[in-house]
Amino acid sequence: MAATLILYKSEYYLFLNSVDYFITPMLFTIVTFNCPKIKEEQHMDSAVKKGATRRDFLYLTAGAMGAVGVGSAAWPLIDSMNPAADTLAMASTDVDISKVPVGQAIIAVWRGAPVFIRHRTPDEIASVRKDNEWETLRDPQKDEDRVTKAEWIILKGVCTHLGCIPLGTKPGQPRGDFNGWFCPCHGSHYDVSGRVRKGPAPKNLHVPEYKFVTDTLVRIG
Amino acid sequence: MAGHAPTEKFDNKTIQWINDRLPIFSMMQNEYGKFPAPKNFNYFWNFGAIAMAMLGIMIATGIFLAMNYTPHTTMAFESIERMTRDVNYGWLMRYVHMNGASFFFIAVYVHIFRGLYYGSYKKPREMVWIFGVVIMLLMMATAFMGYALPWSQMSGWGVTVITSLFSAIPLVGDGLVTWLWGGFSVDNPTLNRFYALHFLLPFVICAVVFVHVWALHVTGSNNPTGVEPKSEKDTVPFHPYYTAKDSYGTVVFLTFFFAMVFFAPLALTEPDHFRQFDPMQTPPHIVPEWYFLPFYAILRSIPSKLLGVCAMFGSILTLFVLPWLDTSRVRSAYFRPIYKWIFWILVVDCFALGVVGAHRPEGIYVVIGRIATFYYFLHFWILLPIIGKFERPLPLPTSITAAVLQKRGGAAAHAAAATAEKH
Repeated sequence: MAATLILYKSEYYLFLNSVDYFITPMLFTIVTFNCPKIKEEQHMDSAVKKGATRRDFLYLTAGAMGAVGVGSAAWPLIDSMNPAADTLAMASTDVDISKVPVGQAIIAVWRGAPVFIRHRTPDEIASVRKDNEWETLRDPQKDEDRVTKAEWIILKGVCTHLGCIPLGTKPGQPRGDFNGWFCPCHGSHYDVSGRVRKGPAPKNLHVPEYKFVTDTLVRIG
Repeated sequence: MAGHAPTEKFDNKTIQWINDRLPIFSMMQNEYGKFPAPKNFNYFWNFGAIAMAMLGIMIATGIFLAMNYTPHTTMAFESIERMTRDVNYGWLMRYVHMNGASFFFIAVYVHIFRGLYYGSYKKPREMVWIFGVVIMLLMMATAFMGYALPWSQMSGWGVTVITSLFSAIPLVGDGLVTWLWGGFSVDNPTLNRFYALHFLLPFVICAVVFVHVWALHVTGSNNPTGVEPKSEKDTVPFHPYYTAKDSYGTVVFLTFFFAMVFFAPLALTEPDHFRQFDPMQTPPHIVPEWYFLPFYAILRSIPSKLLGVCAMFGSILTLFVLPWLDTSRVRSAYFRPIYKWIFWILVVDCFALGVVGAHRPEGIYVVIGRIATFYYFLHFWILLPIIGKFERPLPLPTSITAAVLQKRGGAAAHAAAATAEKH
């Protein structure tokens, strides 16, 4: 997967370079020397030229070629700041959830950030599945669409406001007004489905990609 | 020799030889020696020089700190603790650098409010002002990235919150944040690039300071009356008059600075800045450094994430267009009876925002924050354009000399000045 990506990237770069060093000058030459109007203008006195001149055309094409050149030279530098191949390779993590009792939760680490895995009680499940209540939420989503098994809610533990870690996973931490999670930084409240109910967060807590490998082993990512 | 060769003569032959080929000594003499400066500067005109001194101090200490710092998540925190305890004078360099950032901002904020009060941003000094705002933005970026380097709880979570601001941008926001981080959370790649940029940006600031001063030396300095110098009598050569006055002001400022460094070096630092960054645990109360508090308050006063971010950046970007928002042609607030008032209300407003930024957004602080944010934008976008239209300014003095004499000796001196001017 990563290898394909690298191959793809270098091909892209070669493509950009070929545009810069080969195709653009070629187009430039063909257009310049075959355009009849421009040929005509070569014989005109430069002082009486009006409107677009051959020189304007040269400025524009040279400028365009320069822009492509600067762009393709800058791209490797800019792209080097994106996640590296080894960072991308840390894409999945396996978590044993057999020891999480009903009503409690654990925090797993995935891609350097916490993932909340809560074993929900039937009451908690019922509290987030009240008829059409979800339609009135800020980021309307059904609880059913956010879980694969009703008793397990798995969420990226990063507040969608400004990236703090909401409290409420460990026993004794405040769980907010909706019995889910509470972000201490700017006061966002999430319910037991991780949906934002109050505060500045614009979105529900993200549900990462995951699948149950067995009943007690979940693979995140 | 070519027409633009320098004509200055120097006694020292080596200096003469160099100057004939590269006229840096001519430049120094013209820009810092003979440079005519209005003779009525008050002490607020010291703060440009003070800010420059602070920039020098920050670069000097920063380079030596860098020799002892390791930009890796596993070692950054420890390398700074070691630097503070074991490296010879490491504690001094660190505390000078930490508090230096605060005092650099104090100097620059006073410098900016000086410009606001005396109308230094007005025609023909718009470029001076605009590059000044660029310097402030660069300083903010530099300070923010520097704060990340100790890799403490406040570092890591400050970086998380501030970089997450960019996720508010529609469509590209999340990709942009991943790009800024170089991963999916604030981690080693983030620390590395922040270190590289924290080292680079001060030199960029130096370059922009050069442009700022260059533009200033084209138009000449503003002064407390806001009236342009009319003759040589209104100015004095920069050296020795203002080299001396700036040195004096700088020493007084540094006295306060070093009092802080030696007697209360950690007074402005949060306790969580001395715990290593834990990406799994957000501290209960995150606050930025004091110089960011007003902007942080504006961010939190707006209930929408995207609009909050826009308002925060807008509060700074507004300053870029300030020269065109203020419609009054009179520069100094001294002669503007209404502007003088709203200037002081703005000062109070900025302090109020600072206080709000330091507290949790609850109860009364939400209300004050919203009113203060509203007033900030009201001042620049509504009051300034309108007041300039109908405000009746006091009569301006005929010259700086006249104003100075009038102030000192009242009517008699004014008459004397009038006679003096006839000669």
